[in-house]
Amino acid sequence: MSIFADRNTRLLVQGITGNEGKFHTRQCIEYGTNVVAGVTPGKGGQKMDDVPVFDSVREAAVHTRANCSMIFVPPPFAADAILEALDAGIELIVAITEGIPVMDMMKVKNLLKHSGSRLIGPNCPGIITPGKAKIGIMPGNIHLPGGPVGVVSRSGTLTYEVVHQLTRQKLGQTTCIGIGGDPVNGTNFIDCLKAFEADPETRAIVMVGEIGGNAEEEAAAFIADHVSKPVVGFIAGLTAPPGRRMGHAGAIISGNSGTAQGKIAVMKEAGIHVCENLGELGEVCAEHF
Amino acid sequence: MKIHEYQAKELFRKYKIPVPEGGVAYSADEALGVAEKLATLPVVVKAQIHAGGRGKGGGVKPARSLKEVRSIAGEIIGMNLVTHQTGPGGQKVKKVLVEQGLNIDRELYLSVVPDRETATIVIMASEAGGMDIEAVAAETPEKIIRVHVDPLAGIQPFHCRRTAFGLNLSPAVMKAFNRMITDLYHLFVDYDCSLVEINPLVITKEETIIALDAKVNFDGNALFRHKDILAYRDLDEEDPLEVEASKFNLNYINMDGNVGNMVNGAGLAMATMDIIKQAGAEPANFLDVGGGANAEMVENGFRIILSDDKVKGILINIFGGILRCDILATGVVQAAKKIGVTVPIVIRMEGTNVEEGRKILAESGLNLITAVDLKDAAEKVASIVN
Repeated sequence: MSIFADRNTRLLVQGITGNEGKFHTRQCIEYGTNVVAGVTPGKGGQKMDDVPVFDSVREAAVHTRANCSMIFVPPPFAADAILEALDAGIELIVAITEGIPVMDMMKVKNLLKHSGSRLIGPNCPGIITPGKAKIGIMPGNIHLPGGPVGVVSRSGTLTYEVVHQLTRQKLGQTTCIGIGGDPVNGTNFIDCLKAFEADPETRAIVMVGEIGGNAEEEAAAFIADHVSKPVVGFIAGLTAPPGRRMGHAGAIISGNSGTAQGKIAVMKEAGIHVCENLGELGEVCAEHF
Repeated sequence: MKIHEYQAKELFRKYKIPVPEGGVAYSADEALGVAEKLATLPVVVKAQIHAGGRGKGGGVKPARSLKEVRSIAGEIIGMNLVTHQTGPGGQKVKKVLVEQGLNIDRELYLSVVPDRETATIVIMASEAGGMDIEAVAAETPEKIIRVHVDPLAGIQPFHCRRTAFGLNLSPAVMKAFNRMITDLYHLFVDYDCSLVEINPLVITKEETIIALDAKVNFDGNALFRHKDILAYRDLDEEDPLEVEASKFNLNYINMDGNVGNMVNGAGLAMATMDIIKQAGAEPANFLDVGGGANAEMVENGFRIILSDDKVKGILINIFGGILRCDILATGVVQAAKKIGVTVPIVIRMEGTNVEEGRKILAESGLNLITAVDLKDAAEKVASIVN
């Protein structure tokens, strides 16, 4: 089992003819993902390798029964691309794009509430169910299929580091999700925790957070009340100075809120095994899982 | 992106939000000129730096005569203003805002901010104006009014009324106040702000309402559609190395320690800084060369770290994903040879083609210290600088 993405995923790629879109589409196909369509307005009728390109998401969905979209559209047009996928009824929308204005995402998020679609990201590496489907830009080869660990993270390469350490400990992964480093995103920690808790094959969870906002605090409260599986947590940014945006738009300490220290304290209180030294994460997981 | 108070007040004027009469001055003479034009006394001379806490640091002073305007402006311009936000080094003041004094009756707090968890725009207001709002929120949270606005529906009259009644405003100023909130909201939305704040918002004895202070920050991701705001950028307020890094789209933040570090990806970069500290050393910077960094970005990052005199050792931590380790190793070797490296470098690489990458580093003839994992890397670099 897995969450959100599996062999039934029929992927379309918005922005498939751009450099990044092209490169990562090929990587996804190579991993075994079923890529059924691409969308680039004005390039309908063309092909990217063997993948048919359409002018609109609606048209692509009608012709190919695509149920998932991966978005590589540049930031000024990305919110529009997400809304187009939403309008076409795409079930799972994975927005890789970094740098979308917060105001655009606030509107998208409020429209999402009234739709049946799930958005992962933006500013994220995507989602991978090892051995089944890779929808994103993560290196597939570091993952180990079969579980038992579900991984959810706000980061990209930090997630690869975590997954790599898990794999080295022979701890496979059911699904790994990057929920993105932006202040306003689609799927949050709690959505993923809920799904991992319900997934019988996931028997343990790794949650990787960072400074800024209070998503980790809310997730910790949820875990205390609703998650029976062991959770190992990590928070990046213990040394981050206040008031500075640490690369990710959402990674900023405002006043006294959003600090790593505060998050770690709340997570420990909720019974999460917090690993404070990234170099030891794999070992901590091996110990608790 | 941050701007100065006088620039924020220019935007306020554009949205018909009342602000005191005044003008910016770069010298004592100019300040005198502004005050003469205002033809009112007293006036207030306010240091223009981006950091908050200017009043407490001695950067905001009233002047009761034209002579005083000149002497106070002369004192403030050129001073090194230290506030709780500038750090101990302070910030050099290059200009002042000279403004009419007001007959203050009440001081309020008003701001518009995005709320990331609910994806709404929040109007925050308090009767405890002129104070540090963080402290008010921590000590007396009941004194803060929060009104959430759905960005799809926009601001409605009832949002304004709730705020106004919450502040116990007199009927005489309520109408002007409601208009002001609406205008502020529109400024916030039109310019993709990340903060619009008035602290204090003043009600005068004449029952007018005026923004005595003005603070506006912008969402950096949205600046592509606000070219006019880019003209407000003041490089004097930024760290020179950070300015240099921004030219190459590198996420760089200068810090106090002596371990330079270069990492691909923001989360991993933060975690690398943390592990340096845990190994007993202090990071000199945050540098994220991006999840998909290329050799050129690696080279520029390298150069910026090396131009920081504090740096006594460097830790490079790269998780090769899509970007393969062999390509990165080549980039590092090229950059090191080209720039000429003067401090020890510890490299930790993992991921795709890591064996080839390590071989390139080993055969480069450079004095590069390789680490087997992250912990090993942090310990090695810490033992070098300590």
